[in-house]
Amino acid sequence: MTAIDPTAHLTAEQIEELGRELDAIRDEVIAGRGEKDAAYIRKVIGAQRKLELASRAVLLFSMFPPAWVIGTAGLSVAKIMDNMEIGHNILHGQWDWMRDPKIHSTTWEWDHVSPADQWKHSHNELHHTYTNVVGKDNDLGYGIMRVDEDQKWHPFHLGQPLWNFINACFFEYGIAAYDLELGKNLHKRRRKNPEFRARAKAVGRKIRKQVLKDYVIHPLLSGPSFLPTLAATFTANLVRNVWSHSVIMCGHFPEGVQVFERRSIRGETRGQWYLRQMMGSANISGSKAMHFMTGNLSHQIEHHLFPDLPSNRYAEVAVKVRALFEKYELEYVTGPLPKQVFSAWRKVFRLSLPNKKEPVVKTPEREKELVAA
Amino acid sequence: MTSTALRSRAWKLLEMVTTPLLPSDYLDLVSPLRAGADLRGRIEAVHPETGDAATIVIRPGRGWRGHTAGQYVRIGVDVDGVRLWRAYSLTSPTDRPDGRVTITVKAIPDGKVSNHLVRRARPGTLIQLDQATGDFVLPRAKPAKVLYLTAGSGITPVMGMLRDTEFDDVVMVHCAPRPQDVIFRGELHDLVADGKLRLTEVHTDTDGVLDIARLDALVPDWAERETWACGPAGLLDAAEKHWSDHGVPERLHTERFRPTIVAAGDGGGEVTFSTTGTTVDADGATPLLDVGEAAGVLMPSGCRMGICFGCVSPLKAGAVRDLRTGEITEAEPGVLIQTCVSAAAGPCDIER
Repeated sequence: MTAIDPTAHLTAEQIEELGRELDAIRDEVIAGRGEKDAAYIRKVIGAQRKLELASRAVLLFSMFPPAWVIGTAGLSVAKIMDNMEIGHNILHGQWDWMRDPKIHSTTWEWDHVSPADQWKHSHNELHHTYTNVVGKDNDLGYGIMRVDEDQKWHPFHLGQPLWNFINACFFEYGIAAYDLELGKNLHKRRRKNPEFRARAKAVGRKIRKQVLKDYVIHPLLSGPSFLPTLAATFTANLVRNVWSHSVIMCGHFPEGVQVFERRSIRGETRGQWYLRQMMGSANISGSKAMHFMTGNLSHQIEHHLFPDLPSNRYAEVAVKVRALFEKYELEYVTGPLPKQVFSAWRKVFRLSLPNKKEPVVKTPEREKELVAA
Repeated sequence: MTSTALRSRAWKLLEMVTTPLLPSDYLDLVSPLRAGADLRGRIEAVHPETGDAATIVIRPGRGWRGHTAGQYVRIGVDVDGVRLWRAYSLTSPTDRPDGRVTITVKAIPDGKVSNHLVRRARPGTLIQLDQATGDFVLPRAKPAKVLYLTAGSGITPVMGMLRDTEFDDVVMVHCAPRPQDVIFRGELHDLVADGKLRLTEVHTDTDGVLDIARLDALVPDWAERETWACGPAGLLDAAEKHWSDHGVPERLHTERFRPTIVAAGDGGGEVTFSTTGTTVDADGATPLLDVGEAAGVLMPSGCRMGICFGCVSPLKAGAVRDLRTGEITEAEPGVLIQTCVSAAAGPCDIER
């Protein structure tokens, strides 16, 4: 919704050609999917389970500080692996082609208070179909924040740096509320809707199980280490929440990412859909370990183009996708994690205030800012 | 409290410890063949039988309930990362002391699973198992005279019988293209040498396909024999007619290999939504999601463009085409398809 459309130089034919080139990249990966990829996800799942078991075992002795530190660190990493590289990607159907009923989008459940099926609806269906379309994609500010100049300002937005911080700490609960569309459904009439009640009940059950496990059962099993273990699991959840929130903010919030108007997607072609994903997402650059810990969401652009390709293939896909960005003279928004996180937070702060007065004369400065917005 | 109740309480507690996973998800890491686990097996050895057939020695999990000679087992094997299920006859005797079972697999042209098992399967590999099944088995009461009529890999269930139960008077007529294509040839000839079997090999490359009328010459008393026949449909059809024409159809027991015959075409086909009992004609270009909805079937749906996996439904029979890639998917147990980007490629059955 910027005044200057960064894709204006492309003709309709070029956009369709771009779509065909992206389809070709996708087909190539699908044709080459095989044993190695299957072995990869099984290895990651096995490693995650072993790490979680080992960390929980160490935490049984968490009254000893070194055990607390090691156990908490291990559990944090295990929870991040569960949510990011494993859960998020399996729930996208990235591994459905293996036909293994245990590693399948229809059967997987994750260490998260949002039940997998509800998350799949709000994330896979709404967010990935309507990426960055204001009014359609609730991931844009999660309904509590203003993330674009063209969104109407409200005094409520003054608090958005604080809302965002609280959301980061309790991100899994934020997601659960978001999947329930809680804000919209809390009105009296909607609250009574049986479909909503059933979903709310499912979330309640999931929260109960998760809380019971992390804050009752495991601390109890630790006996005299009850309190330290409680603190450890709380810390691990906090670390996981802040980490995933940061990674996810980097996907669509940094400066340079475009948002779109509702009417702009009417009759959208495949090429235009691809183009919207390209302009609406941002990557994080970094090491292999970094990509792994983000669940390869550091390759957010590639993930949005091909949400169902196995995550371990995004790195090789990224090289080809980036070449297409260059060929079509589009901006590939990427940067190291601290830079992207800073950029996203700066936007949260900036947009908590109403827009500055529109300048009368279009200056180059103004143009620059608009492109970046 | 009974021990069962106690155990179920302990299990419940364990489930609380491991939620949202199950305790078995962790146990599978260390002991995939334990009692109570999903039934699996471990390949322990692969012995070549002929140029294109091999015997796979499998150690079944603790939940294996054994088999009866002549039965088959369905196995799930990961080929190029994709789990594929096929049925193979068990060729081991039922009382093998080490508790292992064997299947003998002939690699068929373009057969994904058979070629993988014969040429690439390695000891140590885990496979999925179903319990043994099938009614191509010997009766409790021993028949006085037995005839085994087999062709190609049709010999495999019969070999399971031969190895399991000795009869006083056994004749076997077996067809294979050439002598070196006869699976278990060495063992069969040992049985012949010991006087336990009379064997006629028909080598179809030189003798031509067995004419069932020749049976009178090969086994003059065939009509008096309890007969088990297994092989290609042509042979079995001829045998059934022959036995029936001679008024002894009850003496003939047949086992048919049933390769899934999928009529995959470009023009769509008749689509059945089996749960609701709806059948409609569909063209080859309309997504099955639209076909179902137009027919009033309540279909799960999502993004309608193949990205959210909210519409996946079991494909029970037939074949579908991925409208994005043209790729054909054929029905197999456990196959789920994205109905929003798949169209009928011939008749098919969606479980909705």
